[in-house]
Amino acid sequence: MEAVTENLDLYWSGFLRSLGICLWAMVGSLVLGALIAAFRVSPVASLRAFGTAWVNVLRNCPLTVVLFFMAFGLPEIGINQSFYFFGVAGLVLYTSAFVCEAIRAGINSVPAGQAEAARAIGLTFTQNLGSVIMPQALRTSVPPVGSVIIAMFKNSAVVGAFGVGRDLYSVGRDLTSAQGYSYIPVLLGVAVGYLIITLSAGALLGVLERKVAIVR
Amino acid sequence: MTSVLYDEPGPRARRRARIATVVGLLLILALVAVAVRRLDERGQFERELWAPLIDPSDETFPRVWELIGQGVVATLTAAGLAIAASIVVGILLGTARMLTGRAGRVPIVGFIELFRGLPVIITIVFVWRAFEELGIDIGFLPGDDGLWYLVIGLTLYNSVIIAEILRAGVQSLPSGQREAALAVGMSERTTMRLVLLPQAFRVMLPALISQLVVVLKDTSLAALVALYTETLRTGQRLYQTLDNPIQVLFVIGVLFIVVNYTLSKIAVWVERRLSRSTTTSGDAAAVKAAGGAGSIG
Repeated sequence: MEAVTENLDLYWSGFLRSLGICLWAMVGSLVLGALIAAFRVSPVASLRAFGTAWVNVLRNCPLTVVLFFMAFGLPEIGINQSFYFFGVAGLVLYTSAFVCEAIRAGINSVPAGQAEAARAIGLTFTQNLGSVIMPQALRTSVPPVGSVIIAMFKNSAVVGAFGVGRDLYSVGRDLTSAQGYSYIPVLLGVAVGYLIITLSAGALLGVLERKVAIVR
Repeated sequence: MTSVLYDEPGPRARRRARIATVVGLLLILALVAVAVRRLDERGQFERELWAPLIDPSDETFPRVWELIGQGVVATLTAAGLAIAASIVVGILLGTARMLTGRAGRVPIVGFIELFRGLPVIITIVFVWRAFEELGIDIGFLPGDDGLWYLVIGLTLYNSVIIAEILRAGVQSLPSGQREAALAVGMSERTTMRLVLLPQAFRVMLPALISQLVVVLKDTSLAALVALYTETLRTGQRLYQTLDNPIQVLFVIGVLFIVVNYTLSKIAVWVERRLSRSTTTSGDAAAVKAAGGAGSIG
């Protein structure tokens, strides 16, 4: 086990880097996913079609293929960025499709009677959306969006394996290949790092769900 | 079109929507035009880049598609083995979890939570390296060692998910089913085997099909760590020789999207059919949700 204890500082910096990937990708995919969800429920047919295409393409394509496309395809047309940028951007694109669907499911779960009642008492479109529909839709979206985000945290390991460098996965690879530690203890250390992220995210989500849950 | 967000639109709203649709379309077209021009400027539409993939008269075309075909077969083999093994192990795990008492359940729940929380790529690499390091020989199994490391890694992750789907399936059944079975004198085990599981399987079907999409996508992780030559790794080798990453990755992406899109549609169709049928059946959508975040994998 000294492979881990001797290199705790490396693990710690790798952990922080992985956490950074997770948080950047979370912010990005929530914003982009909400935007695409807005497209998909809008009355504008062309935007709806765009949103549907976006979701169907990205949801059915493996994250690995998306990442390969970013890192090996885009430079061919003169778009050069760091692997870190390509990795996080690929993860954001991929996850946005799932976030979009989770938010859309939340919006569709609001009973039409809610909006009809709001309109009947004379609320305008913005009031209706802002104080009747969205508060309910967003609260219903919390559990599915939360599990998408946790799955995304796990997928951040794929971005790590892809070669962004200095993250948890890369620390494991360097310790085993360059420094010759044996695989089992080193990978156990990496696994614990990811478990800390996913299990605590799961616990946080549980608390959040209880706070915002609506009983219908 | 009406939804919870807006009423059946009147003539003015319809006109506004039409204008916005045209403006949106123009924006999208402009975006596409920019991308196409960029691709064209960089010579990405050159015949020699596409010909090995789309022109049957090109001399490399047969060989390229033979390799892609082998890659696809390799992907399907890995996915098929992994899903079959996951279903078997998942059913055992799920039933064991439901039938054992509080104390006996602890290791099973621990196992499930462990592999559910681990990134599947870590599980795969761990299986691969640990087997090699411990000297566990899997040479007696047919095919590459890499295939089996991938299958075992995928099975560890997906069996746990299927165990959870199974549990949700049983829980979604009306409680009267179990009570009636116990009342006529069946034991817990018999109730599970003859009454609950057969009904739960029906509700689980859409969730299982969605899980197949996850497994298919996850096989491509093998390309990332150079473990097994499936579709994506085949593609990687092809574009390294032909020097056309955009074109090859485009074709491979389309292959994945077509197969997975079809599978997702089948899952939705099955789900609709099930929810239409009997009144005693459970809730397929809820069971699907138990698998986690759709097919994000």
